[in-house]
Formats: sequence, C-alpha cells, structure tokens
Amino acid sequence: MTDPVVKETAALEKPKGHKRLERNVTLLSAVTLVAVAIGGIVEIAPLFWIDNTIEKVEGMRPYTPLELAGRDIYIREGCYTCHSQMIRPFRDEVERYGHYSLAAESMYDHPFQWGSKRTGPDLARVGGRYSDEWHVQHLKDPQSVVPESIMPTYSFLSETPLEIADPAANLKALQRLGVPYTEEHIANAESDLKLQAAEFGSAAELEARYPKSQMRDYDGDPSRLTEMDALVAYLQMLGTLVDVNSAAAQEELAEEKGR
Amino acid sequence: MQAENALGRVGLWFGVMLLSIGAIVAAKDSGFAAHATIIGVVAFLLMCFSAARFDPTSNARSFFKMPEGPTRYDDDPVRWGVIATLFWGIAGMLAGVVIALQMAFPQLNIEPYLNFGRLRPLHTSAVIFAFGGNALIATSYYIVQRTCRTQLAFPSLARFVFWGYQLFIVLAATGYLLGITQSKEYAEPEWYVDLWLTVVWLAYLAVFIGTIVRRREPHIYVANWFFLAFIITVAMLHVVNNLAMPVSLLGAKSYSAFAGVQDALTQWWYGHNAVGFFLTAGFLAMMYYFVPKQAERPVYSYRLSIIHFWSLIFLYIWAGPHHLHYTALPDWAQTLGMVFSIMLWMPSWGGMINGLMTLNGAWDKIRTDPIIRMMVMALAFYGMSTFEGPMMSIKAVNSLSHYTDWTIGHVHSGALGWNGLITFACMYYLVPRLWKRERMYSLRMINWHFWLATIGIVFYAASMWVAGIMQGLMWREYGTDGYLLWSFADTVSAMFPMYVMRAVGGLMYLSGALIMTYNVWMTLAGKLREEKSMTETPYDADADRPIPATVPAE
Repeated sequence: MTDPVVKETAALEKPKGHKRLERNVTLLSAVTLVAVAIGGIVEIAPLFWIDNTIEKVEGMRPYTPLELAGRDIYIREGCYTCHSQMIRPFRDEVERYGHYSLAAESMYDHPFQWGSKRTGPDLARVGGRYSDEWHVQHLKDPQSVVPESIMPTYSFLSETPLEIADPAANLKALQRLGVPYTEEHIANAESDLKLQAAEFGSAAELEARYPKSQMRDYDGDPSRLTEMDALVAYLQMLGTLVDVNSAAAQEELAEEKGR
Repeated sequence: MQAENALGRVGLWFGVMLLSIGAIVAAKDSGFAAHATIIGVVAFLLMCFSAARFDPTSNARSFFKMPEGPTRYDDDPVRWGVIATLFWGIAGMLAGVVIALQMAFPQLNIEPYLNFGRLRPLHTSAVIFAFGGNALIATSYYIVQRTCRTQLAFPSLARFVFWGYQLFIVLAATGYLLGITQSKEYAEPEWYVDLWLTVVWLAYLAVFIGTIVRRREPHIYVANWFFLAFIITVAMLHVVNNLAMPVSLLGAKSYSAFAGVQDALTQWWYGHNAVGFFLTAGFLAMMYYFVPKQAERPVYSYRLSIIHFWSLIFLYIWAGPHHLHYTALPDWAQTLGMVFSIMLWMPSWGGMINGLMTLNGAWDKIRTDPIIRMMVMALAFYGMSTFEGPMMSIKAVNSLSHYTDWTIGHVHSGALGWNGLITFACMYYLVPRLWKRERMYSLRMINWHFWLATIGIVFYAASMWVAGIMQGLMWREYGTDGYLLWSFADTVSAMFPMYVMRAVGGLMYLSGALIMTYNVWMTLAGKLREEKSMTETPYDADADRPIPATVPAE
C-alpha cells in the first residue's frame, strides 16, 4: 500500500533508488524478508536432499520406550546445558571420548542433543563406560564419586516413579515425524517400557524389536520402575549402537569414490 | 452499549476460564496442568475485574505515579514497558548471579526445581526475552510514534502485545522450573507457548507496520528499518525453529520436527540470528534514535546506515553454522558459516562507527553526561564483541574456544556491554520524559551505575577468557609420554577461581542495576537529589589576570 504522505508528494517527484524503499513500508518489508530468507534457504534446505549429509551406517535403530523416557528426562533436566554429545575429529577428543561422532548417530534425535558447552564431559559414547551402580551413585551424589565435580544432585530421580501418560503416543508422535517405528513397536510400547527394566523377562522379545537393547534393572531397586531406571538406561545405550569401525571402512570407500 | 461490552468481556474470560479448567482436568502431565491453572487464574481475575468494573491498572498506574490525562503520543504502553524492563532485568540478572555461584559452589543447587539445568534457561530467557524484549517493545513504541509523527495504530492491540508478551514470559519461566522444555537453546518453551508467542508477535508486527503506514513524514527513519527487520526476521526464525509434533493436545511434551544434523543447523540458524536480530538489529534501532537525541547531533552518515543495514541483515543469516564447527554438519556448511561470519565484521563495525561518529563535535559530553558515557561504552563493547565473534568463528580458533567458557565470556561482553548498557542509557533518557520530570533523581548515581557495570563486565570477560583458554588448552595437552595430561575432573577444579571472579563481576553488574532501580523509583516519586553537579569547570582566580609586561634586558 502506498502511504498517505507519499501520495501527496508523489505528483511532485518520483523517488528513486533507496528512497523508494524508505517511503514504502510494504516494499521495505518485502525486500527485508527476501534479504533475510536467502541465507537460510541456501544453507539449510540442501541438508534435506544432499545424500552424503548423513552417510548410512549399520546398527542405528530408534530408541526403546525406556531409553526414550530417559532421554526425555535428560532434556527435562537440562543436561544439554553442560554436556555435549558431539565428539569432534581431534586426536585428544577421540582419545578422551572415543571415535568422533557420525551424523547418522543422531538421525533419530528429535531434537538433537549435540550441546554447546562442556562444563562436564562429552556423553556421546558414555554408554557401557561405567557400571549402572556408578551412574546411580553419581546421579544421587556426584561429589561422592568425583570429588572435583560441580554437578548438581539428582537423588529425586530414584524416588520418583516413572510416569508416562501414554508411551505409545510418544512413539506415535515420532513416527509421524519419520522415525521408523512400526505398528508393532507402538502396540508394545507400554509393555516394552516395563520389560526393559524388569529383572526377569524375555530379552529375546525386546531384542527382536530393538537390536542391541540392554535389559536389566538399572537403578538397583527391582521392585520399582523409577525415573532413575529410564535415565540410566538412556546413558548406558549412548554411542553403543553403531560399530564405528565398520563406519571407518565406509569412509575409505567414500574417499575412493571421490566424494 | 458499554454494559453490553462489559458483559461480552465477562463472557469471554469466563469461557477462557472454563476451557482452562477443562485442560487442567484432562491434562496428560502435571506441567501442562500447572500452566492451564496459571491461565485459568488470569482469566478468573480478568473476569472479576470486568464484572466489577474494577480496573486494577488504574490503581497500579497511581502506584507507579503515571501522569494523568491525555498525552500527545500514546505513551502508556511505553511506561509499562519501562517498568517491565527494570523488573525482568533484575530478575534475570539475579538468576544469572545464582547460576554463576552454583558453578563455583555446587551445594547451592536445590533439586529438582532449582538445579543449574533448569535455572540456566530461566536466566537466558529472562535477560534476552524478558529484559531485552520489553526494552525493545517499549522503545519501538516510543520511537515509531515520534519518527512517524503519529500515534500508535490499533491502541488496544498495542496493549494486548504488551500484556500478552508478559504472559508468554511467565509461562516460559515457570515452565523451565517445572521441567517443560524443548531443549533448543533460547527456544526452550513448548509448542503451546510458542503458538501464543506467534499470535502476540504478529499483533506486534501489525501495530508497528500500521503505525508506519499512518505516518505524517514522507520517509521512514532508519531506526524503524532496523525494528522492522527485527520483527519480521524473529517471526520467521521463531516459526521455523519451533516446528514440532505435540504428543497430545493436552500435554506439554512435543518432539522437534527435525532431527540430528538438520535440527542442529535449524537451531543455530535460529540461535545465532536471535543474537543478530533480537540483540543486534533491534538494539541498533534504539541506538539510532537515542544516541543522536542524547548527543543532540544528527546521525553521522546516512549512506553508511543504508549500506550497513542491508549488508548486516543479509550476512547475519548465514553465520549460524559457526556454532557447529567440526561437528557432523557437512564441511561446506561450516566453511560457508565461517566465511560469512568474518564478512559480518564490517557491517557490524559500520553500526559502531555510525554511532560513535555521531558524537562528532559533542565528544566533551562523555565527560559531562553519564548517559552519553554509557552509550559510548555500549558501542565500544559492541565493536569489541563483533570483532571477537568473527575471530572465534575461524575454525582453527573455534577448535580451541568451542565448548569452553570463552564462548560464555564472549556472549556476556555483548549482552552486558552492548545490550545492557544501551538499554540502561535509553531508560535513563526515557524515564524523566515519560513521567514528565525535569531530570533523573540523581545523575551521580548514573555515574555509579556506569562504573559498577563497566568494571563488572571487565571482571566477567577477563575471567572467562582465562577460564576458556585454559580449559581448551588443558583438554588437548599431552605429556612427554604421549598420553593426555589432564583428566576432565582436573580441568573442572582448575576453573574454581575464575568462576568465583565471574560471580563477583556479575554481582557488581547486578548492584549497578539495583542502584538504577532506586534512582528510577525516586524519579517516579518526583524527587530530585541535591548533589554536586557532574560538570564543574574549575576557576583559578590567581591565574585569571593579565601578565605584567616584562622589561626587556638592556
């Protein structure tokens, strides 16, 4: 729309160049929107269709309902404010934390948890590095196992029963976003959630739906299913799905193909 | 007619209240129920106020001593904005001091609600969106009316924007403490709060553009270009980055629409441009109005403002990937991010130069006017951190600085130095004018505020430089035996003295803001402090005499 004052003066002189923008708020807004949209379109959009953005690797699978519940607790408590899950390809980081992180390893992470700050160490491959008992003790009272630690205590997790309104609904929401959960996964979400933290149960059944899943009581109290169970289950699976050595072979392959 | 209106309003709030009671009953999780309760209580109070024709704002207006009667411009929302800015500023900075102390003394964490992980988003959102956002809304309403020589378009929508934004802040802040978060930095609020903010923001855009459309000046002043770019871009960023799939329409939880690499870049495209447009473009708009006003000089260069405006908004958007150097993000995107970040140095300094050079011919005011002093220091910190930023975006530098406290120091030299100081200066400019007072209660207190803030920032930035570089070097240090020299725990304990110093710096900055609050309070009360004037030209009677003629030697 042309602005009222401009109309009055339009007959006298025709503004040129930047003056046209300065006198027409519609034009100014439109040009601004174009200017700020370009960068994002050029940088982000190709990530959705360029194939080698995420090189395929063996072993990636969606989270089990218990791991997902643990991940939701990880997010709720803001663990990402102090812990990254992204190992960079430097000698010191690879020696400290393990093989550098691959894009495929977070392909089912809605949202990503790469983090931006390491007040505490990287957790991308923390799974299996410590015992369940260590994790429980560390979460309850970090300074009791690492005296220098400045991590807050999370003892309430082992007191809080794991309550999820509808585990199937969580899987369903992720399925809608493209995570390959099958109807079987969703139908069994509630029972799988309990099964994975049970002391005795059929590991084969869970394994069939979620390869490499670990089934046991995590928090040291088999009588209850707590938030501690879920969080430790999540921590113990981080970085355990992909065989990074087979991924290395693919990298060589990719280099040979000249990508 | 009036009675019908009142009845309609009562019905509306009653409906909202019923809806929120329904949401409380059917809620899937306690967090969502808590938020529905907050909305229900607000609706109930508004219903009572409408029914009883009781206007709580009139009481509050007299409490804050707001001038009565009509004014030339529609300044009521601006006054509320000033008060909200001060209130949220203190709240956010206090949260900052608390989490700074938690990092030195972890015993200060109180699980579960007051643990670092929940308080940190509270601090960032409170200072960026509550303190910064209210300052932006208030100053944009003030500036757009004056530079367009007209009153606000859609006055009731303008008030809706202000109060709706406060509701957004309350929902976001309480949500963090209850553990309701999307975990995307600076975009933590969940889907329903995001939807609410979208409504509020579009209303803000309508008020702003509507006011420009009815302007009585042929040209749109440069400050308004920056405000416009800020409002439009933040709308775009907010909507795209917060695309998510709610688990249930009656639950707080949602999952981000994107995953992994794509989610990471979308987030940092958002995150970096929250800095670029919320904290830079919007605050440059404040600078472009208040610095020339306070200095009583015209803006240095019109050409420079055109060039740096377009290059700034075009280049900023590309810089996001520098937050993801050496991650699993494709190399081409990282390199592109780095190149554009370095280019961004120039338009950023264009803004600084245009601001500083505006003082041409008025440099003496730095000595005599503490508000100008604050503005100049803000621009200096802006220049400093927009140099530091491009430097840190260089991949080699970033490999050392990333994940360390250097980043935190960098952010704060921008946030405390640039955003904080320019906001304080604008508030000092606005308060006497909005409340029709001769001047601020005390100019010397402004001076105290200036020095406390400046020294506080120096403490903060210096300790974080040392902490960050030390941390980065310790992580990568090898012994002669070829093994890593330090365990992670060693690097944590080495940080202790720096964390204490940082908290001291933050405390100084906070106490400056408290002095400001007292100063504003007394100004509102209509008092003037009797104090020695800031400018005292010394007079030396002995020197003020003719030199007697000397007799030349024979």
